[in-house]
Amino acid sequence: MLAIDVRQLRKQFNVQKNREGLKGAMLDLFKREHTQVTAVKDISFQIPQGEICGYIGENGAGKSTTIKMLTGILVPTSGHIEVNGYVPFRDREKFVQGIGVVFGQRSQLWWDIGVIESFRLLRKVYRVSEDDFKRRLDELVETLTLGELLNRPVRKLSLGQRMRCELAAALLHNPSILFLDEPTIGLDVVVKTEIREFLKRLNREHGTTILLTTHDLQDIEALCSRVIMLDDGRIIYDGGLEELKARWGKGREVQFQFNDPIAIERLAFLTGGLDVRWSKENELTAKVWIPLEINVSDVLSRVVGTTDISDIKIFETSTEEIVREIYRTGSAETAADRIADPVRDEEAPTAQAEAVRS
Amino acid sequence: MISAYLEFIRIRFLMMLAYRVNYYSGIIIYAINIGAYYFMWKAIYGEAETLAGFTVIQMTTYVAVSWMARAFYFNNLDREISNDIRDGSVAVQMTRPYSYLMVKMMQGFGEGLFRLLLFMVPGMVIVTLIFPVTLPTDPVRWIIFFVMIWFSFLINSQLNILTGLFAFFVENNEGLMRMKRVTVDLLSGVVVPIAFFPEWARIVLQWLPFQAITYLPGSVFTGRLNGAETWNALLVQVVWFAVLILPILAMWRAARQRLFVQGG
Repeated sequence: MLAIDVRQLRKQFNVQKNREGLKGAMLDLFKREHTQVTAVKDISFQIPQGEICGYIGENGAGKSTTIKMLTGILVPTSGHIEVNGYVPFRDREKFVQGIGVVFGQRSQLWWDIGVIESFRLLRKVYRVSEDDFKRRLDELVETLTLGELLNRPVRKLSLGQRMRCELAAALLHNPSILFLDEPTIGLDVVVKTEIREFLKRLNREHGTTILLTTHDLQDIEALCSRVIMLDDGRIIYDGGLEELKARWGKGREVQFQFNDPIAIERLAFLTGGLDVRWSKENELTAKVWIPLEINVSDVLSRVVGTTDISDIKIFETSTEEIVREIYRTGSAETAADRIADPVRDEEAPTAQAEAVRS
Repeated sequence: MISAYLEFIRIRFLMMLAYRVNYYSGIIIYAINIGAYYFMWKAIYGEAETLAGFTVIQMTTYVAVSWMARAFYFNNLDREISNDIRDGSVAVQMTRPYSYLMVKMMQGFGEGLFRLLLFMVPGMVIVTLIFPVTLPTDPVRWIIFFVMIWFSFLINSQLNILTGLFAFFVENNEGLMRMKRVTVDLLSGVVVPIAFFPEWARIVLQWLPFQAITYLPGSVFTGRLNGAETWNALLVQVVWFAVLILPILAMWRAARQRLFVQGG
């Protein structure tokens, strides 16, 4: 069964335009001009139950808007949306009973009262029976080590402590889908790791479907089997993380540290005939990008014999670099894919639009 | 679900209790206000027996009662809602299985209940000891009064909700909130009883919801309205309560369609 089913989803906002200068301000006073901004442009995707899916994109790509439509906060402009068998915005009160939501940047706990008071209030709000609540709370207190936090007021918690409490608060009613909007933002490495471990365990033991947005690609690498990448309101990649790496991580990078300044043209000349790309870091350092078809040793042998080298480092492409590269080019489809894979029809207009843009 | 709403009343009540300094300063502010109005009206009356049909004692009672009623119906729902909208936390509220506006109403009620019990009752005792106030002896009048200030609370909160929801449509509704506050204090009869307004203003005010907040319950309690007039006053309140539901629903619906959560 599908946990999330989204087809041709679109969201447009009317944004007020502020005209410039005093005259503009006076004009604005009487008649406002609006510009229409399309934050999400006819996206489609399906997420089966029990999957952990990462939803990534640059700031303003439409991630948060999508999450807000999926959780029933925003009403879509057009398109079909079904989560857990409900249309979120239409049956909001019934629908939210089955989901948990954590916004990394805003608290859902009540600021002035103790954590446990917030939990008790949520128990009543979600109509969880006393027995279920106790069992669930014990489990969450243990896995998230909340023990000594329960009686403190929320405003006295550190960010990491608060985030653990937020997660517990979102899970007290045992939702089948958990939405996380930047859950690890601003957290230190230790807490990040704890939260990732917790989410993995939650998914394994309760089969909870998790959809998370993040800027931290380590979150994605640690958790997600699938990634949906968004750019300018459109999906530019939807598939496995490994596949993304295999498709884009088609090379390695070698960094050379030379003893004497060296011109990049000379390096290019040395590797003439090989399909590699040189880039200069500074006077004494240069990087070369080597596609998979070419052996690193071939390149090394040509460079090492004729120049004075102090150090060599070899890098595999990280997810972060892949993603950066995709954003730079604006499309996750490599040229070869566009020819080899014309079946993915819903992405065809995307590719075209991107071509127009660039 | 009802138990959840009751929980919101309880928690707000406890939160009010936690901010004790606010509580003590509130009592002092109300006492000063009542005192100031008492002496002002005494000066205005001078030698006169009655003004606009009010005797001095009726006026004193009216001032005391209307301020005490204000303690119960007054809340900052407009500010709370507008803040929720502007900082985007209304989004979190929408992911909960309850009606946001109902929760706000309940929180306002928890606040009102706190002020009624710990503010109004002791305050009224003090005021009756200091100033020449006559309270009605008829228990029915007391019951009607409490029903009426319940409606005062509802109508005032509805106006607050409407004002607060404007934050969805304008970038800054600070001015609107201030205007509403002054308007309610002036036109509801806290500052000046409506009987003192010129004829044309009274006619206009009869068609506005503000008199239902202070003037009508105050008039019933001080015995200026009797018999059928009492029931009439209550009816006016009920009608306004029902009528004001409509713009709130319309606004809420429009807001959800064009909701633009600030901060992405």
